[in-house]
Amino acid sequence: MSWLLALPIAIPFLTAVATFLTRDMPVGRWLSIIGSAILLAASIVLMNTVLREGVIAGQMGGWAAPFGITLVADLLSAVMVLITAIVAVAVSIYALADVDEKMERLGYHALFNMLIAGVVGAFVTGDLFNLYVWFEVMLIASFGLLVLGGRPEQIDGGVKYVALNLVSTIMFLTGIGLLYGMTGTLNMADLASAVDTADQQLLTVVAVLFMIAFGVKAAVFPLFFWLPASYHTPAFSVSAVFAGLLTKVGVYALLRMFTLVFDHDTAFTHTILLWVAGFTMVVGVLGAAAQSDMRKILSFHIVSQIGYMILGLALLTPLAIVGAVFYLVHHIVVKANLFLIAGVAQRIAGGTELSRIGGLYKSAPFLAVLFVIPAFSLAGFPPLSGFWAKFLLVKATLEIEAWFIAFIALAVGLLTIYSMTKIWAQAFWEPHPDGVEPKLSKLSTRERNAFLIPIAGLAILTVIIGTMPEPFVQFAERSAAQLLDPTPYITAVLGEQP
Amino acid sequence: MEVLFAITIGVLVAASVYLMLSNHLLRFIFGLVLISNAANLTIFVAGRLTDGAPPLIPVGADAPEIAANALPQALVLTAIVIGFGLFAFAIVLVFRAWTSLNSLTPDEMRLAEPEEAHK
Repeated sequence: MSWLLALPIAIPFLTAVATFLTRDMPVGRWLSIIGSAILLAASIVLMNTVLREGVIAGQMGGWAAPFGITLVADLLSAVMVLITAIVAVAVSIYALADVDEKMERLGYHALFNMLIAGVVGAFVTGDLFNLYVWFEVMLIASFGLLVLGGRPEQIDGGVKYVALNLVSTIMFLTGIGLLYGMTGTLNMADLASAVDTADQQLLTVVAVLFMIAFGVKAAVFPLFFWLPASYHTPAFSVSAVFAGLLTKVGVYALLRMFTLVFDHDTAFTHTILLWVAGFTMVVGVLGAAAQSDMRKILSFHIVSQIGYMILGLALLTPLAIVGAVFYLVHHIVVKANLFLIAGVAQRIAGGTELSRIGGLYKSAPFLAVLFVIPAFSLAGFPPLSGFWAKFLLVKATLEIEAWFIAFIALAVGLLTIYSMTKIWAQAFWEPHPDGVEPKLSKLSTRERNAFLIPIAGLAILTVIIGTMPEPFVQFAERSAAQLLDPTPYITAVLGEQP
Repeated sequence: MEVLFAITIGVLVAASVYLMLSNHLLRFIFGLVLISNAANLTIFVAGRLTDGAPPLIPVGADAPEIAANALPQALVLTAIVIGFGLFAFAIVLVFRAWTSLNSLTPDEMRLAEPEEAHK
């Protein structure tokens, strides 16, 4: 079974090597698409296997757990790998039109695939130090992508991104060291029981170290400042993949560690998470309301939406975890898509600054329809995917009678609509200030296809999740059950426990 | 021995926090290098310090009573290698910031986030 777990990591790695060697040739971009497609196929097989057989684990190099590196996929890991592959396919098609030859020659495709390898690795690893290594793979690739092209704004945003992420990395490393010193193991499944005998107070200290380290990656309040400083600077395909995937790796790591390992003192740790969730939602959405650039608005909305996922984790009821998992998947699709659409708007209307563009509804109605779907899904309109995500979470808060946080979640939803209608009114509804007609026919047929096929595909996925939520909610329920009762996870990694 | 290491780590962290809080990017990088070394030492101490007991034994010999823990050393080695790559990148990035933004003071770097909001 271990090849099935290693494949989703190996495929993007090999693609990265192949695209690096062919970076001077046009074939490189096609290799990137083919690699992403194979990754998608492999992740579908992985998903199928996990659905059929439950949690699967593989010991790399034949070293038995907990001594070697374990790769393990439960439903959450499998669905994260699958959604990563979907985003990778969409963005690598989009890159055909968005990424110019200069960036290709600098190794865009190699860095992109390396980033995907890091993200997938973080999702399937069952070893804490290995998780650190995948974080680094992901981080160094994202550093490269962020400053690729070297415009001064990119360097400026890059400095802040690099600085804060390196601090978080060192926090993570320190946490790993202390946890190892306390328990003598780094295998996550083994840690789940090993922490029971450790000093509980010291364990809480370590838990907070991890919370801060992953919190920076997930861009929660008050650790999110690197995100709006940098996400609007790189190429659009880069910011789409960042927006979709990178912060979600942090959320995934929080979900994993704070359900599997750090569940000894939830009254303390998860109360902090609850406060963090509330502030993240509010500060993110208010930050977005103050912005006037499409990508900056969307960047702040990432922060705000992360708050909802953390809220699900903080409540730690079955329904709340279902909501968090559902939200995680829905959000990746929607957010990546909105950044892709911003890229098309920039190309045909000449910018993303809302005061300088307009007329997109009249001249490019198809793009307008494609924008409405993810935008209103993000705000939580029925019958789109975001409605169900918010519905599950709000229901979870009402269930435990947490009225105040339910109110915040709903109010933030309203303010999200405000931001989305601001983009709609200024970029789509009002006429263009310079009298330009931003028609899609400005683009060559090839560019148009490369832009619109991935956008339409992700929009259709949003609609499917929204109109037929039943199987997806059921899936999220099964996945949440696995998170809340990690026995199958532990058994898959370590074998039957006495 | 552990106390000595703990004090060393504490001094390193204190110095690096001081450096990182100063309003200068190059000092920030120096602080980052120092604090990453403090993290590495933490891992090393967490694996328990054993004096003069290498984990290597002759073929056929029994396992020794006390042997150095090889795992933290492997972890630290990995972390050093990764850290080396990251810092190389960070230093080049700071150099680029110096050449293209003419500043190493974070407060003056407002290109990506201009101070006055556009109306």
